[in-house]
Amino acid sequence: MTIYDTLQGMAETEHDRQAQFENEMWVCLASGCASQNADQLADRLADLVKEQELEEKVNVKCVGCMGLCATGPHVTVKPAGQHYSEVRPEDAEALVEAAKTGEPYEPLYEPEYSQFFDRQTRIVLENAGSVDPESLEDYLVHDGYKALNIALTEMSPDEIIQEITNSGLRGRGGGGYPTGLKWSTVAKAESDTKYVICNADEGDPGAFMDRSVLESDPYRILEGMTIAAFAVGASKGHIYVRAEYPLAIDRLNKAIRRAKRENLLGNEILGTPFNFSIEIRLGAGAFVCGEETALIASIEGKRGQPRPRPPYPADYGLWGEPTLINNVETLANIAPIIRNGSDWYASFGTESSKGTKVFALTGQVNNTGLIEVPMGITLREIVYDIGGGAPDGRAVKAVQTGGPSGGCIPEHMLDLPVDFESLREVGSMMGSGGMIVMDDTASMLEVARFFMEFSMTESCGKCIPCRVGTKQMYDLLGRIESGVGTYRDLQLLRELCDVTQHTSLCGLGQSAPNPVLSTLHFFEDEYLSLLTDVEAAAD
Amino acid sequence: MPVRSRVKTFTMDGQDVSGHESETILEIARQNDIDIPTLCQLDGLSIIGACRLCLVEVVGWNKLVPACATYVEEGMEVVTNSERLQNYRRMIIEMLFAEGNHVCSVCVSNGNCSLQYLATKLGMDYVRYPYLNPDRTVDMSHERFVMDHNRCILCTRCVRVCDEIEGAHTWDVEGRGYKSHLITDLDIPWGDSRTCTSCGKCMNVCPTGAIVEKGKPAGEMIKRREFLGYLTKMRGVNNNE
Repeated sequence: MTIYDTLQGMAETEHDRQAQFENEMWVCLASGCASQNADQLADRLADLVKEQELEEKVNVKCVGCMGLCATGPHVTVKPAGQHYSEVRPEDAEALVEAAKTGEPYEPLYEPEYSQFFDRQTRIVLENAGSVDPESLEDYLVHDGYKALNIALTEMSPDEIIQEITNSGLRGRGGGGYPTGLKWSTVAKAESDTKYVICNADEGDPGAFMDRSVLESDPYRILEGMTIAAFAVGASKGHIYVRAEYPLAIDRLNKAIRRAKRENLLGNEILGTPFNFSIEIRLGAGAFVCGEETALIASIEGKRGQPRPRPPYPADYGLWGEPTLINNVETLANIAPIIRNGSDWYASFGTESSKGTKVFALTGQVNNTGLIEVPMGITLREIVYDIGGGAPDGRAVKAVQTGGPSGGCIPEHMLDLPVDFESLREVGSMMGSGGMIVMDDTASMLEVARFFMEFSMTESCGKCIPCRVGTKQMYDLLGRIESGVGTYRDLQLLRELCDVTQHTSLCGLGQSAPNPVLSTLHFFEDEYLSLLTDVEAAAD
Repeated sequence: MPVRSRVKTFTMDGQDVSGHESETILEIARQNDIDIPTLCQLDGLSIIGACRLCLVEVVGWNKLVPACATYVEEGMEVVTNSERLQNYRRMIIEMLFAEGNHVCSVCVSNGNCSLQYLATKLGMDYVRYPYLNPDRTVDMSHERFVMDHNRCILCTRCVRVCDEIEGAHTWDVEGRGYKSHLITDLDIPWGDSRTCTSCGKCMNVCPTGAIVEKGKPAGEMIKRREFLGYLTKMRGVNNNE
């Protein structure tokens, strides 16, 4: 009997155990809901089930993020599929009653949320909100580690890379670099030691995709990293996760310990000669450490500053060895691709951008939360169909994507399909997946200044254009916003955008002007109306 | 098997040049008397590509590349002095002047300052960006040297020479973005530093009047950098490997 057979046995036992329950109550215990006392709610539900001797009928299960983070804590009752939001511990009794009778508990029942879920395609988030993130058994029930078994026993490293290349998967960290190409570059690099790094240093304001994935499905990341390591020939991996994500770190640590015990990490994984271990490194709060060379410097214990590329990490990375760096969401896509085949994955999305993308939908929108949509969906569908439009019937003015590196897309361009190229063409970018909706009360100048302040304080200070340019742009935006700016200030601002964009050392500085450039392009009037010498601008 | 060529031939500003694959664009430019301005780069110290003054264009490449950190390639067409590059370089120097408190007339390094020299050479006649007038300190606690943060441009030559050549690593950078500044040891007065050997290498590699000897009147501070070439040559070290 192989190790994988034993795992299959565990999965069957768990499946049978779950099948005996008449009802299941899924309680979201990701950060958003946990911050609203979801843990107390879960304890209360479990206590009630015990008190009423329903342990064999009702299963209270802690699960990951369901997506609607602003209205937590969330509970889903299965198999009826009733969804409850803003559940307090004191509502527990009513919910248990509802689970028993099958009648929805009206005060908290949210039937209209189906629209939020119906328009989504869940690949990365397929287990989020339905699988217990702290249970390997539950992950195994949902096809967990099937992909790793296929990869290690049925495929060669070259075949895996070919499969990833064929899937058309592109890096989800922002740049959109083809993942298969990155893998093959690292695979080709000659060295006895290679590393795989999972970049979980998510830092964009308003973005929480990676946190949710790590909190909801940590084993998926470990599986993706292990497959990647086998494909490129690495034996050691690091997950660089920011220290501000304690729950994600806790769940990752638990998952790593468990995976080691079950021969899913460590030496002779699944009984094959392949060895791979994973270590967690905590980020100390610098946004720039999401840049790959700065991240590597940080893991090495140095000041987190980028260095010029080339050489790229694929050639000269951690400790000078070839290193594969992929984002959390990219690695979360690996297992489904290997399990279901590249053709299946490539059937989602557009010609150039395959698959799905997870977005953190925030701002002035009715349904705030985490969504996963196929590439090519229009912004309008996201904002209005999934997000439910702006609250209080206000008009949507613009959508900001890509965080401090992205831009604002005005309402009249919302029919733009979401893919890497389209967003770049209008001066924004996909970024890691932050999406902020702004209604007609928003000042575009304020938005630009907010992001510039972020880039200014997060600039590492190494290169001059980023260190000084962001400060100068921030000051100029402040002058214009407070009504004392002149047309000359605006010209200087444009000039600084140009020099910072084209001469900065890393992506942070190169993309820092984007929020200003895009608002200047689409909302120039807002800038001009605030100048003291509007006449000069007209000339 | 075809034999791999280690010498690359290419053009720089239309001139045919050649270089070994281990040489950078900057090295080849200097061999051919093509002047590319630099500030953070200093022969003998590691390359960091931070000041962005040596950025050059390579025809067909979509980004500007730092000449100090880019190895030569066969057939590349390098442009070192286009109008666009001249503008960017002047703007970067202007940014430096606006960032610190640089008052040449009262500076001991007046006339012997790389920042001043580059500003003159790149045609900076005035600074168009608002002066930030930061509130910076002067550390006079060391018995022989002065660190004037007002004149520091964060090129980190002192950090590198202290770490790579002297081996003391007394200097480092603290803070992020425009709040970055140099510190000695764990941010204690220089005079209290227990790692500083008072060798003076940081003072000699400093391009401006930020690190200077005590007791020099305005315009009299002349830095001596010859030691770096001897030391690295005698030790046979290459800090970029």
